[in-house]
Amino acid sequence: MKNKFWATLFVALTVSLATTLLFQQQRAQASSVGYPIGGTVAEFKLQNAKGGIVSLSDYKDKKGVIVVFTCNHCPFAKAYEERLIALDKKYGALNFPVVAINSNDASDYEDESMDNMKKRASEKGYTFPYLQDATQAVAKAFGATRTPHVFVLRNENAKFTVQYIGTIDDNYQDPTSVTKRYVEDAVNNILAGKPVVVTQTKAVGCAIGWKDA
Amino acid sequence: MSGLLVMAQMSGQAQQVLVVKWAMMDSLFAQKSDTTYVLNFWATWCKPCVTELPYFEQTQQKYLNQKLKVILVSMDFTRELTTRVIPFVTERKLTSQVWLLNESDANSWIEKVNKEWSGAIPATLIFNNAKGKKVFFEQKLDALRLEKELSDFL
Repeated sequence: MKNKFWATLFVALTVSLATTLLFQQQRAQASSVGYPIGGTVAEFKLQNAKGGIVSLSDYKDKKGVIVVFTCNHCPFAKAYEERLIALDKKYGALNFPVVAINSNDASDYEDESMDNMKKRASEKGYTFPYLQDATQAVAKAFGATRTPHVFVLRNENAKFTVQYIGTIDDNYQDPTSVTKRYVEDAVNNILAGKPVVVTQTKAVGCAIGWKDA
Repeated sequence: MSGLLVMAQMSGQAQQVLVVKWAMMDSLFAQKSDTTYVLNFWATWCKPCVTELPYFEQTQQKYLNQKLKVILVSMDFTRELTTRVIPFVTERKLTSQVWLLNESDANSWIEKVNKEWSGAIPATLIFNNAKGKKVFFEQKLDALRLEKELSDFL
């Protein structure tokens, strides 16, 4: 009788402990930390849907890089596809190009497979690389949580630092009603050798589909 | 909130969708009643959001006679209200209140929901102003977790 009591208590405690750990893990995942403003970005090397491998150090001769975590299926990401191409055309010419990264777990979202990334890049005529972050390590290092999620990096002697984190502009529904162009403002300031004024903004986006731990 | 919405909820009919501006959210956050509000931020095309919707529906049904109100705040595009959101709500026979927040400058309001929110959905805010209690989750919830969190409020 006594044994049964202890056994039950043990099971209850184990279950509650396991549940607590699971919740903590989920919380940690939701609020990943990532690079702060001014933080130095570690090298990454990822497969490009347009062919070949792209690494951050490939951009060591550029003035900076507009890194965008995006994906195929998310309507918020789709709403910004044209605007990403426009950004790349405008700032690529000024040595500040766009690099798009897809970190969604493709095994859970068929839409996000490499094949579908290839399709998307060619259908939309992406002028920039579209990289697959298959291990999700790059998204975790940056602290990316959603799509689209932008990080503007300044390059100084092959050292890339984060100067802006957030949204592209202030209207995801209607590009013609945009009044604040956060990414453009940040890049313009960096190109002019000035500090970025608005360094962080938030936007609604699709949570990156994480692999089960 | 209109009497029509309340009636639809009581009779168990599918809910209509109310397009709201931020002011509506502000007044909801400001009211002092002893009602526990469960605000779930979702969208019709968001897979994890759609998976957890039934739990919020069950919660609203379970506590129908208590001071608890579930509001499903849709992040769908306003232009897809009649082509996508209303058909979805009708087809699923959702009985909780459904709002569509028509505020494109999300940066201006995300932190008013919760400082911790990055803006990713699904996200859920549970609050009761009279009790001075509030919890926020930027993650998918399941029935068990929702029940556990609500037990602190009811």
